[in-house]
Amino acid sequence: MIHSLFLINSSGDIFLEKHWKSVVSRSVCDYFFEAQERATEAENVPPVIPTPHHYLLSVYRHKIFFVAVIQTEVPPLFVIEFLHRVVDTFQDYFGVCSEPVIKDNVVVVYEVLEEMLDNGFPLATESNILKELIKPPTILRTVVNTITGSTNVGDQLPTGQLSVVPWRRTGVKYTNNEAYFDVIEEIDAIIDKSGSTITAEIQGVIDACVKLTGMPDLTLSFMNPRLLDDVSFHPCVRFKRWESERILSFIPPDGNFRLLSYHVSAQNLVAIPVYVKHGISFRDSSSLGRFEITVGPKQTMGKTIEGVIVTSQMPKGVLNMSLTPSQGTHTFDPVTKMLSWDVGKINPQKLPSLKGTMSLQAGASKPDENPTISLQFKIQQLAISGLKVNRLDMYGEKYKPFKGIKYMTKAGKFQVRT
Amino acid sequence: MARSRGGKTDHKEPCAIVLGLLFIFVRLAVVRRSPCCLFACLFWSWEIFELKAELNSDKKEKKKEAVKKVIASMTVGKDVSALFPDVVNCMQTDNLELKKLVYLYLMNYAKSQPDMAIMAVNTFVKDCEDPNPLIRALAVRTMGCIRVDKITEYLCEPLRKCLKDEDPYVRKTAAVCVAKLHDINAQLVEDQGFLDTLKDLISDSNPMVVANAVAALSEIAESHPSSNLLDLNPQSINKLLTALNECTEWGQIFILDCLANYAPKDDREAQRLSHANSAVVLSAVKVLMKFMEMLSKDLDYYGTLLKKLAPPLVTLLSAEPELQYVALRNINLIVQKRPEILKHEMKVFFVKYNDPIYVKLEKLDIMIRLASQANIAQVLAELKEYATEVDVDFVRKAVRAIGRCAIKVEQSAERCVSTLLDLIQTKVNYVVQEAIVVIKDIFRKYPNKYESVIATLCENLDSLDEPEARAAMIWIVGEYAERIDNADELLESFLEGFHDESTQVQLQLLTAIVKLFLKKPTETQELVQQVLSLATQLLCSDFMDFSSTPKDSDNPDLRDRGYIYWRLLSTDPVAAKEVVLAEKPLISEETDLIEPTLLDELICYIGTLASVYHKPPSAFVEGGRGVVHKSLPPRTASSESAESPETAPAGAPPGEQPDVIPTQGDLLGDLLNLDLGPPVSGPPLATTSVQMGAVDLLGGGLDSLIGGSNFTAPPAAAVPANLGAPMGSGLSDLFDLTSSVGTLSGSYVAPKAVWLPAMKAKGLEISGTFTRQVGSISMDLQLTNKALQVMTDFAIQFNRNSFGLAPAAPLQVHAPLSPNQTVEISLPLSTVGSVMKMEPLNNLQVAVKNNIDVFYFSTLYPLHILFVEDGKMDRQMFLATWKDIPNENEAQFQIRDCPLNAEAVSSRLQSSNIFTVAKRNVEGQDMLYQSLKLTNGIWVLAELRIQPGNPSFTLSLKCRAPEVSQHVCQAYETILKN
Repeated sequence: MIHSLFLINSSGDIFLEKHWKSVVSRSVCDYFFEAQERATEAENVPPVIPTPHHYLLSVYRHKIFFVAVIQTEVPPLFVIEFLHRVVDTFQDYFGVCSEPVIKDNVVVVYEVLEEMLDNGFPLATESNILKELIKPPTILRTVVNTITGSTNVGDQLPTGQLSVVPWRRTGVKYTNNEAYFDVIEEIDAIIDKSGSTITAEIQGVIDACVKLTGMPDLTLSFMNPRLLDDVSFHPCVRFKRWESERILSFIPPDGNFRLLSYHVSAQNLVAIPVYVKHGISFRDSSSLGRFEITVGPKQTMGKTIEGVIVTSQMPKGVLNMSLTPSQGTHTFDPVTKMLSWDVGKINPQKLPSLKGTMSLQAGASKPDENPTISLQFKIQQLAISGLKVNRLDMYGEKYKPFKGIKYMTKAGKFQVRT
Repeated sequence: MARSRGGKTDHKEPCAIVLGLLFIFVRLAVVRRSPCCLFACLFWSWEIFELKAELNSDKKEKKKEAVKKVIASMTVGKDVSALFPDVVNCMQTDNLELKKLVYLYLMNYAKSQPDMAIMAVNTFVKDCEDPNPLIRALAVRTMGCIRVDKITEYLCEPLRKCLKDEDPYVRKTAAVCVAKLHDINAQLVEDQGFLDTLKDLISDSNPMVVANAVAALSEIAESHPSSNLLDLNPQSINKLLTALNECTEWGQIFILDCLANYAPKDDREAQRLSHANSAVVLSAVKVLMKFMEMLSKDLDYYGTLLKKLAPPLVTLLSAEPELQYVALRNINLIVQKRPEILKHEMKVFFVKYNDPIYVKLEKLDIMIRLASQANIAQVLAELKEYATEVDVDFVRKAVRAIGRCAIKVEQSAERCVSTLLDLIQTKVNYVVQEAIVVIKDIFRKYPNKYESVIATLCENLDSLDEPEARAAMIWIVGEYAERIDNADELLESFLEGFHDESTQVQLQLLTAIVKLFLKKPTETQELVQQVLSLATQLLCSDFMDFSSTPKDSDNPDLRDRGYIYWRLLSTDPVAAKEVVLAEKPLISEETDLIEPTLLDELICYIGTLASVYHKPPSAFVEGGRGVVHKSLPPRTASSESAESPETAPAGAPPGEQPDVIPTQGDLLGDLLNLDLGPPVSGPPLATTSVQMGAVDLLGGGLDSLIGGSNFTAPPAAAVPANLGAPMGSGLSDLFDLTSSVGTLSGSYVAPKAVWLPAMKAKGLEISGTFTRQVGSISMDLQLTNKALQVMTDFAIQFNRNSFGLAPAAPLQVHAPLSPNQTVEISLPLSTVGSVMKMEPLNNLQVAVKNNIDVFYFSTLYPLHILFVEDGKMDRQMFLATWKDIPNENEAQFQIRDCPLNAEAVSSRLQSSNIFTVAKRNVEGQDMLYQSLKLTNGIWVLAELRIQPGNPSFTLSLKCRAPEVSQHVCQAYETILKN
């Protein structure tokens, strides 16, 4: 199981270590540094690194490497998944997960890690339960603690941990009872240079924020549950009921949680909400290239596309670009060769475009590769897969809760080849 | 300093601090020299000093803050062990946070200060009785983490209590603690009976406790591979399945992994596939993959399962890149085992340009594995796209992939070639080189089909600078020399820099020029002489001149090849043509597939490190921990017969059987033509050469196996010894044909057992049994090829053994054994081999050789195959011999559970050459007096007492060589019970 954890920043300093079994010398990280040197970019460090006596499994998030040391045969996914869970927990506790924040809260971090794992076995990973054991630091609490001398460690066993519904604590009370559900879909797509879709898939989640008194039992039904053929649920969802009736029935955890995530695969037809018209050409003889991009809406069911950002990694041979956008702002970094264009909203009447020239290295032959354009965008009030919630009912409690559903579509890894 | 001291004499505390500081300063100054380092040290010592003061403060708050500072220093790797006593002093407190902090400190430093750590024991023991379960659990958890022997002794009692605590939270913590304790002191855990308590926890009412107990047991079992800690029965499986649905995701992983080691028939696991935690998904997939092996393919259920498996696997690919990587490595395995699962999901493996490189390469690999006629167009379009990417490694692999597609999907070859040509037109250096390397492979797979592209290739000759690409190009020129007008010029241009080329290119160039010479002898004589002298003299000159670069001199390969060509060409040009221009075997579809046996093993390790490395855990897991080999369960009998290799009779179709019977003439012919036939060991030689005792198999015996092909004719004197056997064996083989239908009259034949598992013999599996029919003994073998390559050149040899068993004829496997084929062979045995007493007596050590390697195994043969047909003794003789043999040679045995009457026993034994000499009835008991003779002439006399209605027999054996008695008794038992 997991022996130790090292947190390493991008300049290669170990700024936190935690051992769950015997202490492993930090020199074991030298193997990691070697691999880090070999990989040109931080993202390319292999997640599993063997060393003579240990295995190093790492994840890279928020510019921090989380390196777990293991000694025996364990499922690596288990370790990696756990590391991601650690990052999520930190984020949940401190708002952001960054080196300075971890350093400031080093004791809380240490206590949390100790609570999450015992002898390498996960102990409590639900942030609900963790927060009861060790309260997250807030400015108010820090002040109160200094004055009253109380602690931020809970001295009672979290009630929910061993009950039949381990995800929910008992005795929850709210004056305003509300339940919000956000249907968020991310669309991953690769579009080829002629504009036809090579692959497109939708990763959807339903995130919930439920603040309800007592032990409510909720059911959520969909207009078109057939869409959901590949789903994974929060443990609270009764799987049998879903199998037989396609209805989500559950006693919700308290607070924020992810109710389900789903995947609409490439086999179903996925609507592509935007198109990109591009003309990027290099000429063999001249040191100037032509560059033109236009972005326009397509299959958006009448909703506006917002927050559009176009980025493209230009070939090494491009020295500079002089471009004029019809709207928004653009930047080109001549060192990393990254072009970024913050478009904003797309107005269907007046399509945003970016035109201009690229100056190439004089005398060099034209670049071998074509730049790929990646797109970010948001569409409010639309789930691109067509998923719609039918109704939400509550049983088991008397009061009338306030219910809300929000839809949103975002670009995931949305790439256009040129 | 002195001044400040003088000025503040009235303040007591600062003065002490300054004094202490001065003291530390002086001590450090002695040790360290660098002023900068000194300063840092000084600063640090100052901090420690300050912390010490704070820790001993009366104020609770100050204490707590100080401990927090200590912990903070500890986490960044600073050594704060000097504060040990002060921190431990803070332990006795009601403040839970302070307690926790002190505990954290203790876990880290107790080991370095074992004597001090004892101070903490009392508090621990007290805390284990605390009314608050949180504190009880915390105490037992922390105690387990303190790896000090003295403390572990005190841990036992509290732990025992906590394992039976009323609160499940404490119980589940205690379960893990047992694993910790086992890690520190395994003996102690066993002595104290904690393992049994832990096993009881598997049936605990709380799923969390069950999960932790299973996790702890699995970890302990890992270090004790032989123990049966996790022997599951259907009841406990049911418990686990119930717990599976209720416990946390991590618990599910532990339970599923544990279930994967068991083989129940249940489908509840399918539910677990719908889970957000990727590790849970893979664990569930592993269990299902194992069970699918047992399901037959035509069941509807199988199809449903297949459909259920695909989406979760695909979803894994939308996760973080690290998860994707591990998932892809596993999918790679799954795709090799069951491509049908993901055959429609090709698109999800398409590469995004900002995927990390390790994900890209893995995706590419899977794309090729999934490529088929249906989707090849899509795949090719994608691959072509990748070939224009930035990342050089990835581009190279993409180009290679196009070549692999061409070889794998024949219909697409044309399209692949034109894609490759397009890529060559881009003139990007590394793309061109890579393309040429793969085009060479395509030529080898589809000869005489795409030669029209050669002209284009030749245009790019100059840009090739990598050895592999140069070698490939030279090969192409040599192979198609007759169609390239200026082949000689091209090759000559390469020859100019011969010395600077790498070995690979030099060898290729040598061969290519020889090919060219054979095709166009007239105009290239000069060239060939030049290359031959370059290849051979290179070394000769190096012998004289040691100062030359080592690159030229360490090249015996080149020299030898040069000489071989030279001699071939000078002695017999026709033969040279036959050798050099011989038809080449086509290259196989995929060369990088994992061997099926390894694949099966790896499937059992889905989700583990093994599956990431594609190696069995035994190949890389650390140290002395034994590893249990896992294998897929065999398919049930109902499963399709054509699919599974075990049941496939393909190896020996009825039509071939006459071939297997070695006729006398055949055998003689073989003996005389050993150098032409497959290299088999001559049994006569074996009998004479085997004299070296137990090491035989490795020494002389092996030599004769390998050297078998070298000797031309066996010594004449040995031939007659051999002649007796073939006739008999031929006969016995005839009977053997029928024996599969119903045993004719021969003695009992045990079912075939696996003697040599494929895992140990690079894919060759041998199972077999011994038979005795009409006076001759034979060994019935079943050879199965589970490797990917064809096996030929089989030979067999025995080590010396107690009864002189030796093969009476060479092992005859007529056709080469292709992958997944099985062949049945009956090997006649003689008992005239040389004799050495083995332990146990009936042990037989066997060596089997094929074109891959030599493999050894040992097996026990049943003694009744040695009972000869003339083993019936005359009555008088029997009585006399019985009396003659001293009583201490008599051995008595009980044969239990054998519900036969005397007649049945007698007739059954008779068919195995145990003869009833006389029969008497004494006081209601049947007494059978029996005799038998072994091949080496030893007589065994027996008295068998049978009580009607009692299934237990009493057997008394008398023999001059009492050591055989036990084995004779075993023979009795096997004959009577089957």
